[in-house]
Amino acid sequence: MLRSSQPLTGPNRKRCREDEKLLGTVLDEGERGFIIDTRSAQAAKQARMTGGGTEPKSSYPQWRRLHRPLERGRPLQESFIKLVEACNDTSINMDRWLSRLESCRWLSHVKAALSTACLAAQCMDREEASVLVHGTEGTDTTLLVTALAQVILDPSCRTLVGFQGLLEREWIEAGHPFHLRCARSAYSHARLKQEAPLFLLFLDCVWQLSRQFPFSLEFSERLLLTLFDNAYASAYGTFLCNNEKERCLCKVKEKTHSLWAWLNQPGEKKKYLNPLYSHNALVIWPSVEPQSIQLWQGLFFRWIRSSQYLDEAWAEIQRLVEGN
Amino acid sequence: VLHSQISSIEKQATTATGCPLLIRCKNFQIIQLVIPQERDCHDVYISLIRLARPVKYEELYCFSFNPKLDKEEREQGWKLVNLHEEYNRMGIPNNYWQISDVNRDYGVCDSYPTEVYVPKSATAHIIVGSSKFRSRRRFPALSYYCKDNNASICRSSQPLSGFSARCLEDEQMLQAIRKANPGSDFIYVVDTRPKLNAMANRAAGKGYENEDNYSNIKFQFIGIENIHVMRNSLQKMLEVCELKSPSMSDFLWGLENSGWLKHIKAIMDAGIFIAKAVAEEGVSVLVHCSDGWDRTAQVCSVASLLLDPYYRTMKGFMVLIEKDWVSFGHKFNHRYGNLDGDPKEISPVIDQFIECVWQLMEQFPCAFEFNERFLIHIQHHIYSCQFGNFLCNSQKERRELKIQERTYSLWAHMWKNRADYLNPLYRSDHSQTQGTLRPQMAPCNFLYKFWSGMYNRFEKGLHPRQSVTDYLMAVKEETQQLEEELEVLGEKLANLQKSQLTDNKVKSKQQDGSKRLGLSTSNNNLANTPQEYSNDLKSFPSRSPSQGDEEDSALILTQDNLKSSDPDLSANSDQESGVEDLSCRSPSGGGCLPSEDSGKDSDEAVFLAV
Repeated sequence: MLRSSQPLTGPNRKRCREDEKLLGTVLDEGERGFIIDTRSAQAAKQARMTGGGTEPKSSYPQWRRLHRPLERGRPLQESFIKLVEACNDTSINMDRWLSRLESCRWLSHVKAALSTACLAAQCMDREEASVLVHGTEGTDTTLLVTALAQVILDPSCRTLVGFQGLLEREWIEAGHPFHLRCARSAYSHARLKQEAPLFLLFLDCVWQLSRQFPFSLEFSERLLLTLFDNAYASAYGTFLCNNEKERCLCKVKEKTHSLWAWLNQPGEKKKYLNPLYSHNALVIWPSVEPQSIQLWQGLFFRWIRSSQYLDEAWAEIQRLVEGN
Repeated sequence: VLHSQISSIEKQATTATGCPLLIRCKNFQIIQLVIPQERDCHDVYISLIRLARPVKYEELYCFSFNPKLDKEEREQGWKLVNLHEEYNRMGIPNNYWQISDVNRDYGVCDSYPTEVYVPKSATAHIIVGSSKFRSRRRFPALSYYCKDNNASICRSSQPLSGFSARCLEDEQMLQAIRKANPGSDFIYVVDTRPKLNAMANRAAGKGYENEDNYSNIKFQFIGIENIHVMRNSLQKMLEVCELKSPSMSDFLWGLENSGWLKHIKAIMDAGIFIAKAVAEEGVSVLVHCSDGWDRTAQVCSVASLLLDPYYRTMKGFMVLIEKDWVSFGHKFNHRYGNLDGDPKEISPVIDQFIECVWQLMEQFPCAFEFNERFLIHIQHHIYSCQFGNFLCNSQKERRELKIQERTYSLWAHMWKNRADYLNPLYRSDHSQTQGTLRPQMAPCNFLYKFWSGMYNRFEKGLHPRQSVTDYLMAVKEETQQLEEELEVLGEKLANLQKSQLTDNKVKSKQQDGSKRLGLSTSNNNLANTPQEYSNDLKSFPSRSPSQGDEEDSALILTQDNLKSSDPDLSANSDQESGVEDLSCRSPSGGGCLPSEDSGKDSDEAVFLAV
């Protein structure tokens, strides 16, 4: 699986031999590959007007392009804000709750993200074909897809350590601009242009996987909530800045502590483990039917309703498993 | 699939492969049979229609079902749940409440049981008088008594008050209920209907209690819709479930449009109100709707469940259903179509109650002794007519038909298999299980989830592939075994140490009776297949052999009846730990659990059944 940003085809359909050659080396003679473009076909076409575009079939004959539009940017942030508002609105009665939930579109985004990641995984696992994923800049929906696909495909990404490695690789080092994206969260009136909850969407999708495959992830919901918290505000330097270059310039590694170092301490670590975990060597294919995708109550109702009874249930599960 | 489960049959348009018949079942299974010849298809259609609409009770399965038990066992089975004992458990008879035999020949009310519990100060004269002033003569009678504070939940039907009629005895009856609770000087009267409906009833000479006429009552409408609205609501929700590849929008809109969860919440809120009145205010409540056998039953049983942890045990739940549904004359036959009857009487009343319980289980995972499967199987058997518990419309009818002598009790059957129905997280000493359950009333819309375990029960792809419940039960069993083994070995060690001084001869090797469960949750059996994530891949030859036909999954009626959603997981543990083999016995022997649901074997297509 490869990732990149959009090719700069532009309105004059420029070609780039090096780019074609690079992609060419990925595939053997006669092999086919898939390009998953996270923009709609129309949006991708329009991108040419501003210097971007798509890989033309003629120049990349072995690659088949699939478009799977995934929401990002302002609309995604709005979706998030609307959802949080809906969750906090004590005046909605049951008559309106579901349509309000629907109008936020958040769950639709979860469904779309999971479906696209599954598609990428399916290309690799079932079609045994290579996949290139990109959107516009390769820093948002691209990473969402590649990271999620790896959780689906690769059991080592489902371990606590492996998942951290995945985050380092596919989000942090890959240059997801955390500083811009995770600036003020849902309550701010600032409505910053660059803010968007892609990382939260990723965590939500991972939570959906943990619900559908309760034995297959080594980490618990608590880890996901902690990651969410730290992406926005953290005592650690892990999610600082927008890319490696900035982190180097700011000397993040010299001046701050790593979240991972703290999480992995034996005393801390056990809080983030899933007591039901059992190594599952297989690919986990989630259902993306609407009934299978649920609102992540642990996050969205975190401060609204007590988690006491569910916590007690988990404590009981822990007790049963440890007692054995 | 039992004929009694068939809800409707639809002949669909002929295709190249043949004539499809779509069979929708009351337990939400949907089966499509494709019959090559149109003529045969029509014959099958006609036959199934007739078979699914029995005219006489004797046609029902329960009269021919033979689990190979003797008469004694059959009788014992029926005795498992005893309401007399239940009222004793509540603390009755006592200073305030007594049993009355005024209805011993069903002379006062033919839809009530022979044994009713009434306030001490309610004489036979008062009871009879009150019954004449109540719809269907269903006078106020005791449903639940809280011995801690003497508050009670009573139930009845609507008074025949019209616009201005009064009845001294009925007023005295309510006073008697009030007096039976010295801790409070008033009672709540809760009418579970929407106000408009109740008012409309007045024009027909019925209606509701006027606070001016009945001293010391506080009257309250709750607003649960009637059976017709509920029937339509379910219908709409099932239509949503039948959508092919719905978007999130389609689903959420459809679900909201059906109003189903709104109704569930309304029932739950009513139960919460009553439970609060009893537990927190110490005030007695009289509940009624129109006839006092639908919404009243729902609301009283939800309230009881919230109030009393006993009803959250397996046995207690069976007792609850016997009390508030069976004995109080809920019209099982009419509502669930045992026999062919008026389609307008059909309504998912008890289904809604069962769902309320599930919703509570989701909110309070440690509080119930039983698990989701228990609820699903009960629902299944309400429609299956395999057992005699839910036949007819009243105790009177059941006794006339000699149900207990001619059929078997579901409770005995489930009790025998109770290991399947346990909730591993339940502990009777857990804080969550004790005392009153207090669900959040607001804001809590989001707490109501769509129950795909029930409404998409047979769609394997939708459910988590791995059953946490079954895994934890297996863990629990193994731990218990290991502890027992440890004890035995400990004793042995002690003995050996003693005898070591005198005799070094080692005893014969103890047979390793308790086999290790070797709990591995992983591997081969968890392989599942991807759903149809994209149409684009179809043009590429798929190399996956396990991508089965969608059509296949529709025809697969899980015959194995293994208890769990991940058969291999618990199958191993069952055999090794010696738990009763739950696989289906021969058809004539019956004894099958209803065909089990999600998450069967690896190579089947995950995609939805039709």
